[in-house]
Amino acid sequence: MSGLTLLMTDTEQGLQQIKQQQLPVLTQTADWQSKYRILMQLGKGVPAFTTELQRDEFLIAGCDSKAWLLHEYHQPSGRHYWAFDSEARIIKGLVLLALCQLNGLTNVELSQINFPQLFALPGVQQNLSPSRQNGLHAVLKKLSQQAGLPG
Amino acid sequence: MNFDLAAFRAEFAFFNQQPDWVYLDNAATMHKPAAVIAAETEFYQTLNANVHRGAHQLSQQATQLFEQARDTVAAYVNACTREEIIWCSGATAALNQLAFGLMGTVLHPGDRVLISALEHHANIVPWQFHCQQFGIVLDVIPLDADQQLDQAEYQRLLALKPKVVSVAQVSNVLGHIQPVAAMVQQAKAVGAMTIIDGAQGILLQQPDVQQLDCDFYVFSGHKIYGPTGIGVLYGKRPTLELLRPLLYGGEMIQQVSFSGTTLNQLPYRLEAGTPNIAGAVGLAAALRWLQQWDQTAIAVHKQQLLQQLHRGLQQLSGIELISQLHNNAGILAFNINGEHHSDVAALLDQQQIAVRAGTHCAMPLFEALGKPGAVRMSLAGYNSPQEIDRTLVAMRQVLEILS
Repeated sequence: MSGLTLLMTDTEQGLQQIKQQQLPVLTQTADWQSKYRILMQLGKGVPAFTTELQRDEFLIAGCDSKAWLLHEYHQPSGRHYWAFDSEARIIKGLVLLALCQLNGLTNVELSQINFPQLFALPGVQQNLSPSRQNGLHAVLKKLSQQAGLPG
Repeated sequence: MNFDLAAFRAEFAFFNQQPDWVYLDNAATMHKPAAVIAAETEFYQTLNANVHRGAHQLSQQATQLFEQARDTVAAYVNACTREEIIWCSGATAALNQLAFGLMGTVLHPGDRVLISALEHHANIVPWQFHCQQFGIVLDVIPLDADQQLDQAEYQRLLALKPKVVSVAQVSNVLGHIQPVAAMVQQAKAVGAMTIIDGAQGILLQQPDVQQLDCDFYVFSGHKIYGPTGIGVLYGKRPTLELLRPLLYGGEMIQQVSFSGTTLNQLPYRLEAGTPNIAGAVGLAAALRWLQQWDQTAIAVHKQQLLQQLHRGLQQLSGIELISQLHNNAGILAFNINGEHHSDVAALLDQQQIAVRAGTHCAMPLFEALGKPGAVRMSLAGYNSPQEIDRTLVAMRQVLEILS
């Protein structure tokens, strides 16, 4: 897609793959070992951030581990794109699961998404520690802001 | 030497209530034996009344119980007199009282305070803020190559003649035991006042504050089988007298009027407000209960568990052990190479192994270590070899999922 950075384009490809392949498998998988294994591997499907990109301006505050979120709005198509990286693999996996459902959507399409539900993965979300839940909440808030949505 | 682990564990209802969990977060807080819970419950059910200035029998009885608890603590730490035991909400409150209380009385602009690189935030942050406000210089003893306090550097920093030296007996992250007895003597030799943070050390061994000869020793009840919200600030009478009270209000006064207020005697002068009476009663019960057991046998058992855990972790590939086994109170900090500590803890949590991950209220220590954080497993006398085995199996599972 012209007009988007290479990072966003590559991330979009990776997220598409996650949405089509791993997301359906994850929602059907029962045992926690397989769930977590798949979740923690998701990060390999998207480009890692260079140290250049791991900048304070992209840091999400309120995370136990360091997390960086980048956003681009593609003017010609009116679509939103994100890229994300984190030191912690579980956080990275959960956020990528959310992003694969948000990436490339227009404002109208985004306004129809149930944001809090994005992180809901049966058997995973409820077992997250308070500090990890805080971190995800912070990412969620940032995502909503960037998507131009209230709260 | 006889330690009946099964009988010891049987004292803790927690293990029946939560049979699926392996609890390795004892440095954060410990479980309470039936004796402690019973003592608090009995107080609330039979003797509940406010202490010290009541006009009725119930209040007198509550006061007696409360002051007996003070005596129990005084005896446990071998204080000279009961007035040297100050009740507070925990080690953090005690250290705040000390940092605040010494400003302007013992510490004056240009004076120096010496702490260390492995301190808990409670023994760093109060000093930082009060020292900055009062123009006191804060020095820090660095770590050596073995992550112990660098004793050569300590000598060099003592030569600068600090007025106060405040160090932890045991590192809450690494478990390393510091040579505080020697450090106190060396500090006294340069005329410094000494504070020992016994938050982790109180469990390691029963302190003898007269033998240690430290000016102050602090600890929290919930880290020695007692309730939360109660702790002890011990101080030598003459040095306690010098402290400016941090909290003002009821109990700590003699006479209050708008033309002038006079303060109470020790220990009450440093105990504003209604105390955590039940907590004090519970802490005393914990100490009395603990003394019924063979302390040496418990210590030996804990060391065996530590060795079992250390050996097991060493055998797994990809584990970076940060704690040394030698001279360790029963805590192991480690990381899995290339993995974030929060991921490791989450995978252990899934298997109902309770550990802690992060910087453990010791960010400067992790800065000195050059690491973002670590997983911490901390042992207690009630942990079992079977629990260690289960933990090692869980760790193998963690490594497998991460690979």
